[in-house]
Amino acid sequence: MIRLQDITKVYPMGKRELEVLRGINLNIKRGEMVAVMGPSGSGKTTILNLIGCLDTPTSGSYYLEDREVSRLSSGELAHIRGQKIGFVFQTFNLLPRLSALANVELGLRYCGGGDRHQAMEALAKVGLSDRANHRPTELSGGEQQRVAIARALVKNPPLILADEPTGNLDSHSGEEIISILTTLHTEQGITLVIITHEANIAHQCQRIIHLKDGQVVAEEMA
Amino acid sequence: MKKWFEPLSSAWVGVVTHKLRSFLTILGIVIGVAAVIALMSIGRGAEATIISRIESLGSDLIIIYPGAVTQMGVKGATGSATSLTLEDAAAISEQVPYIAAVAPSYSTSLQVVVGAQNMNARVTGVTPEYMQAYNLNTTSGSFFSEYDYQRGAKIAVLGSNVKETLFEGADPVGQRLRMGNNIVRVIGVLESKGAMMGSTDDAILTPLTAMQQMVAQPRTSQGERVVSSIALTVSAEGQASYVVDEITSLLRSRHQLGPGAEDDFKITSLEEIASAMSEMIGTMTLLLGAIAAISLLVGGIGVMNIMLVSVLERTREIGIRKALGARERDIWGQFLIEAALLTFAGGIIGVTLGWVVSSVVSRTGLITTVVSADIVILAVSVSVGIGLFFGFYPAWNASRLNPIDALRSE
Repeated sequence: MIRLQDITKVYPMGKRELEVLRGINLNIKRGEMVAVMGPSGSGKTTILNLIGCLDTPTSGSYYLEDREVSRLSSGELAHIRGQKIGFVFQTFNLLPRLSALANVELGLRYCGGGDRHQAMEALAKVGLSDRANHRPTELSGGEQQRVAIARALVKNPPLILADEPTGNLDSHSGEEIISILTTLHTEQGITLVIITHEANIAHQCQRIIHLKDGQVVAEEMA
Repeated sequence: MKKWFEPLSSAWVGVVTHKLRSFLTILGIVIGVAAVIALMSIGRGAEATIISRIESLGSDLIIIYPGAVTQMGVKGATGSATSLTLEDAAAISEQVPYIAAVAPSYSTSLQVVVGAQNMNARVTGVTPEYMQAYNLNTTSGSFFSEYDYQRGAKIAVLGSNVKETLFEGADPVGQRLRMGNNIVRVIGVLESKGAMMGSTDDAILTPLTAMQQMVAQPRTSQGERVVSSIALTVSAEGQASYVVDEITSLLRSRHQLGPGAEDDFKITSLEEIASAMSEMIGTMTLLLGAIAAISLLVGGIGVMNIMLVSVLERTREIGIRKALGARERDIWGQFLIEAALLTFAGGIIGVTLGWVVSSVVSRTGLITTVVSADIVILAVSVSVGIGLFFGFYPAWNASRLNPIDALRSE
């Protein structure tokens, strides 16, 4: 599903260059649930951005479903994001002026179609059918993150990427979120990559990848 | 359908969620469009009003006045010469084609007395053709007949202003008035024509034959009887300038003017005046419209300003949309449509406002304003165009945002 070969990423920082990723090699199989752990500045988010086609590597190759995508144009990358990838962010990133349902429908907007019915189904999967017309400000943090998950999964993507999905939640809501993600993984076979600080969350995944200073330092099977 | 509807609906959400700001943004457009609509409709209304007044006098009317007397190198006013005669009128009537009615008239000032009312009025001796030439109607009584003219009946038809001055509300028909040393019977009152060239509102019309008995009509050195003007109407449409040329050469030969000599008469056709007037008002209207259009431009700059701010403010939203798969043209289209939607709404509100203003002006009765469809369509499409033009750069800015940076922004 995902194959990273000798990926490096360098950001210009004024006159100096900041080497965020230094030669990452990584394979993630279809249907796998993987946690990425590491201290701040280890390059976790950068990897996730690359995998999510939000960014392109400085060097190296990235194969998504056996297609080299590291040299595609921004339009082609956008197309891939629309078709194949669902994002779940730490800060939820819902549009505050739209209802939960409208936020979920936004997930269908750029992938070539779908209807309100489909959006309602996605909300049902995260147990929020009854809050469809509430705005994000009227929902708890956990509920907001569930809306965000519904938005990510509404288009049935093969891959969902979650960047510290429980980082802004209390432990109870966090567990709910993780259990929803786990269910998606087991029932729908969605490939999941989750960045997390929390070991107990990481241990619910099948594999944990440890990053440090832009390199993979350890992999363990959970 | 869906392809068009979705960007439109999200643009609509963008507009209505910031109601006050959207309103302030389009205020410039609203005022600009309203000004354009109001000014153009008032201008066109004024044009239409003036043209219709001229036409009510008869657009095919041609009036010949005597020329100016030049004494010791000083040119007097048009009409001061005594060069035009009844015989000229007869010759025109006989020799110039396409003429329906030739109406020579001789005017002079006479003291007119009715009871205690006393006024110095312009009394005009006319032939029965005068009514036809000037397209006159009577509001009461009637005009005099050929028979009245032939026998030189001492009768008069009053202009509406004269009637008001002398008789106020009373019906003057059948009343007698003293005109100079003669008693004259009123047989009719003319419909008002408004204050225009050749208006008969201030005139007292009497048969020329009766006039000749009342005052001494001057004669030229050849013994022809002098008239103040000759009015005539052209019977065939589009022949006015031909008729004017024919009359010019006829009168020049009758007056024995050499090739180098100036005309001793002046021919004005209402058609000419009408077209000059309408051209002038048209220019004025266009000028006013152009000034109003500047405020549209200023409004457009306001839209651009707000759109730039809005893009900044919604950076995160743009990031989210991009993460969800929006391409650059999706974002670009969204903001462009939003700008166009804003200015379209501004255009519609502006048209409504301008229409209200112009109908208020209409209510005052000064001018019947005309809000024509072409100006409405033009104003609305120009305002949409302004939205597209001034929304282009902000939308392009938005589309170029890097999704990662956009997502990270607060």
